[in-house]
Amino acid sequence: MKFSGIKVLKEALTGHKGWKPLWRTPDPKPAYDIIIVGGGGHGLATAYHLAATFGITNIAVLEKGWLGSGNIGRNTTIIRSNYLLPGNQPFYEFSMKLWESQEQDLNFNSMVSQRSIINLAHSDAQRDAYRRRGNAMHLSGADAELLSREQLREMVPFLNFDNARFPIKAGLLQRRAGTARHDGVAWGYARAADMRGVDLIQNCEVTGFDITDGRVTGVQTTRGAIKAGKVGVAVAGSSSRVMAMAGMRLPIESHVLQAFVSEGLKPLIPGVITFGAGHFYVSQSDKGGLVFGGDIDGYNSYAQRGNLPVVEDVAEGGMALMPMIGRARLLRSWGGIMDMSMDGSPIIDRTPLDGLYLNAGWCYGGFKATPASGYCFAHLLATDTPHETATAYRLDRFHRGYVIDEKGVGAQPNLH
Amino acid sequence: MLIPHPLLGLRDSQEFTYLGDASLMNRPDPAGPSAEAEFCDYVFLRDNPAGVHRELWFHEQGDRSWLVVTRNTLTHEILGAELARNLPARGAE
Repeated sequence: MKFSGIKVLKEALTGHKGWKPLWRTPDPKPAYDIIIVGGGGHGLATAYHLAATFGITNIAVLEKGWLGSGNIGRNTTIIRSNYLLPGNQPFYEFSMKLWESQEQDLNFNSMVSQRSIINLAHSDAQRDAYRRRGNAMHLSGADAELLSREQLREMVPFLNFDNARFPIKAGLLQRRAGTARHDGVAWGYARAADMRGVDLIQNCEVTGFDITDGRVTGVQTTRGAIKAGKVGVAVAGSSSRVMAMAGMRLPIESHVLQAFVSEGLKPLIPGVITFGAGHFYVSQSDKGGLVFGGDIDGYNSYAQRGNLPVVEDVAEGGMALMPMIGRARLLRSWGGIMDMSMDGSPIIDRTPLDGLYLNAGWCYGGFKATPASGYCFAHLLATDTPHETATAYRLDRFHRGYVIDEKGVGAQPNLH
Repeated sequence: MLIPHPLLGLRDSQEFTYLGDASLMNRPDPAGPSAEAEFCDYVFLRDNPAGVHRELWFHEQGDRSWLVVTRNTLTHEILGAELARNLPARGAE
């Protein structure tokens, strides 16, 4: 079933009776060439690219809950490529380019909206840092503009420019950044993978790895044993738990990050605005809700819910930046579990066990990375070599001293 | 979260800063034969359990003591707290 304007029109005239489920519900086969553990955004994108880009279709995606039940459905939907370090920025720009063609590639409306992102600066030093970051972005082919206070006043006049502690001095703008419909991204990849023959198996939890002579030959699941030529794990949030079944300890702590949405308001905020100094960022969804968040709670957690001090901290940041939202009522808040890595950057690599591959450590930045993470993980699984934009994401970089620490805070996960 | 400080009673977790797994008290021997590998593991690798976790909290806005708090990472339930200085330096156990 291909989606098109004509199809929508035809269904509208015939009572919408011709729509079919977006994917099959197959039973697991006894063996696959490749098994992806984790049916979230990254796992589904990996399966899609294995099938569509690398022509490997004897694949299963195993998901312990339902597709997209983890962080792909719990994030604040921002896509951007405004990183600094050479290990990161080309990867995220690659991801940005994949976002730009995603709806056509998948034949699915993932509502990619390039409505821009502004990072606010509050001092001369921070303006210099953003100028440097903008130049780094240019080097990777991304777009970046440094905005003056006057330009910002024109674009976002409702900000509090004269906050006593954090007056707004400048902003780094990326026009190609924006938002996407996060569940739609999962569904689009799932459907596109399923159409190419990938088995998406839900309610199938991996309970162990079959390891023979240092090689992973399959997985044990709640629906029986399944053999596999290769196993790729993409379960960010739970990476430590899953990889512990293979006897590995990871450079990762799991932390809870909260997010919030207000009642629906008329169009108000043009793009994404980040107020890093105040632990607050915000965008407005197409339904009108203000979607916002701040920092992680800061202690190990697998609870998918946070505590009130961070709710208060985020609300204070919002009020300091845009006092006008003080009258808006909060509709919902929720939490998701982040793989907080020891340098704040992800891992896409082989593991010491042959046949076992790891995609992990996305901190709170996994959503924007979804397309490139899928592409690069598929590249690694298919060819056993890293994609050219993901060569820095090695699992052993910590022990070799090649950390990719954007914030420069060291091996302290709750500060990244 | 309220942390039951052994000396001060129940205190708001906002008064504390969080460091991480209490096994960080168990520093490798820098003169040992495999000190480099052991320190890499010590600095970078974590058990990161889902369930009971012993962890270091610093009472920064209180009496500035380090506590070893036992907490369930699945529910945030706090199961106990001890003064770190009263424990032998092998906090992981």
